[in-house]
Amino acid sequence: MSAPADEGWTGGWTGALRRRAVRRLPPEKLLPDTQPAYMASWIYVFGVLTVAALIAVLVSGGWLALEGPAWWHTSDVGHYVNSLHLWGVELFMFFMVVHLWGKFLMAAWRGRRGLTWVIGVIAFLASVGTAFTGYLVQQNFDSQWIAGQAKDGLNAVGIGAYFNVADFGQMLMWHIVLLPVVLGVLTVWHILLVRRHGIVPPIGATAPEGPEGDELPAEAPEGPGGTPEAPGASGEVRP
Amino acid sequence: MRTPTPDPAAFPTRRYDLVREFTIALVLVVALTAGLAAVFSSPDDKPITLASWSRADPADFTATSVAELGGTSDTAQYGPPYNDTAGAAQKLGPVGLQQAAGVRIPIDTANDFVIRPLRTSPELPVVNAALAVWAAASPTRQQAWTGAYADALGKAPGGDPAKVAPGRYGPVPVLTARLLTLAQSGGLDGQLLTEGGSFYQTDYTRPLLFLSDGSYLEDKARAQHLGGDQWGMMNETGNFPGQAWLWLYTFWYQIDPFKSSGNADALVWGLMALLSLILVLVPFIPGLRSVPRFLGVYRLIWRDWYREHPRRR
Repeated sequence: MSAPADEGWTGGWTGALRRRAVRRLPPEKLLPDTQPAYMASWIYVFGVLTVAALIAVLVSGGWLALEGPAWWHTSDVGHYVNSLHLWGVELFMFFMVVHLWGKFLMAAWRGRRGLTWVIGVIAFLASVGTAFTGYLVQQNFDSQWIAGQAKDGLNAVGIGAYFNVADFGQMLMWHIVLLPVVLGVLTVWHILLVRRHGIVPPIGATAPEGPEGDELPAEAPEGPGGTPEAPGASGEVRP
Repeated sequence: MRTPTPDPAAFPTRRYDLVREFTIALVLVVALTAGLAAVFSSPDDKPITLASWSRADPADFTATSVAELGGTSDTAQYGPPYNDTAGAAQKLGPVGLQQAAGVRIPIDTANDFVIRPLRTSPELPVVNAALAVWAAASPTRQQAWTGAYADALGKAPGGDPAKVAPGRYGPVPVLTARLLTLAQSGGLDGQLLTEGGSFYQTDYTRPLLFLSDGSYLEDKARAQHLGGDQWGMMNETGNFPGQAWLWLYTFWYQIDPFKSSGNADALVWGLMALLSLILVLVPFIPGLRSVPRFLGVYRLIWRDWYREHPRRR
């Protein structure tokens, strides 16, 4: 029985970490069921679409990895899964670039959201690297040509001495292990920052009368249907 | 003076189902991906092997072999990380990162691409004798033989070794002819991959560099619009979108001063590193971070808000 010795125990590092995490991202911020009324544009869809496409890419890529790198050259099913992977990547990059431009045009880094932008752009650059190594490990003519061309750029700045695009094994590791881990961490970090800081208000907007600080309006007295009515706004978020 | 960005929590809210939106997005993206994959498939042009290259274009293979043996190929004179060719490394202004990285993947083209594969395969006495003559000759003599043979091949009809005029080529014709036979049999592909005695191998540096030194690979690539002056790596074989996101990187190779510079790769990589850093730091760069305010596209994005709050614009 160790209970008496635990009296006054506040959890140590574990408890401190939990309290800090919950304080920064309480459940209602992490999974909100309301959003500020000004969030009403199709541009907001592209962040979610990017994450959805990333999942499609990870699942199709995981399937390819399970069967081995040569599978899709000899199997019709494998070739189709590879096609899923390619088009998933094309959609992922398209959605992400539109999302990035949208956030630039909204100056979405305002209100202490600079780190959210920085992590997002680094995730974009990591995605370019991941896609690039993917092309290198296709084991076909494209891979040969891209490796031959890319080595010159990488060697010219000293990177090629350590990151050898002609080493299939090394590139496969970058593509299916190292860069996906980096991209996964950056994506989660980016999303948590978005949830923590909330959606950036319109440029020049001043806060109308309402709760200030970290409190969520969802906790304020609610209107009919559980939603405080926005001036002039009705219905769903999407136009 | 600009108004500080208010907390979103201070604004009125509306209903918003995050999980439902994500689920719908995922279903849509999966359906779109499946549809695009079914309709457009994906490219998979077979790789070129040393065997297929040497069979399809024996003249190009032989000319490349002579250049590897004589140390005049692109790889032989590349500089770091493959060898120490003086003055070959590119520079970014005064900074020589290529030289600083050093020779980390040492490649001696004569030995690695020609001599060692011939030594490690069972050879006829005439080939063994040619290898012995080559090994006993001074570097100057070796280069004289390969230089003379390369010139003679260039003058022969179709670069055909069988039509080369007689001359002082030493053992070079015997060595390169045997390497051609070895390559055509498929043996050279495996030998270049397993040099060093490995059983498991994943490093294709040697065969890829050998292949890249010939003109066969580049001719095939140019026919597919993959050349450096054809926007290179952002394209893909066939009518596929390829890596469209590399457009800015490949763009610089299409214009001066980059396209005519011997340091083009270093300059473009340096420039892209700088541009990437600027993109990362946009929120902290005065002037640049204000561009969205001047562009005014945000008024369209939040048009509902500004319609309801005209004086707060």
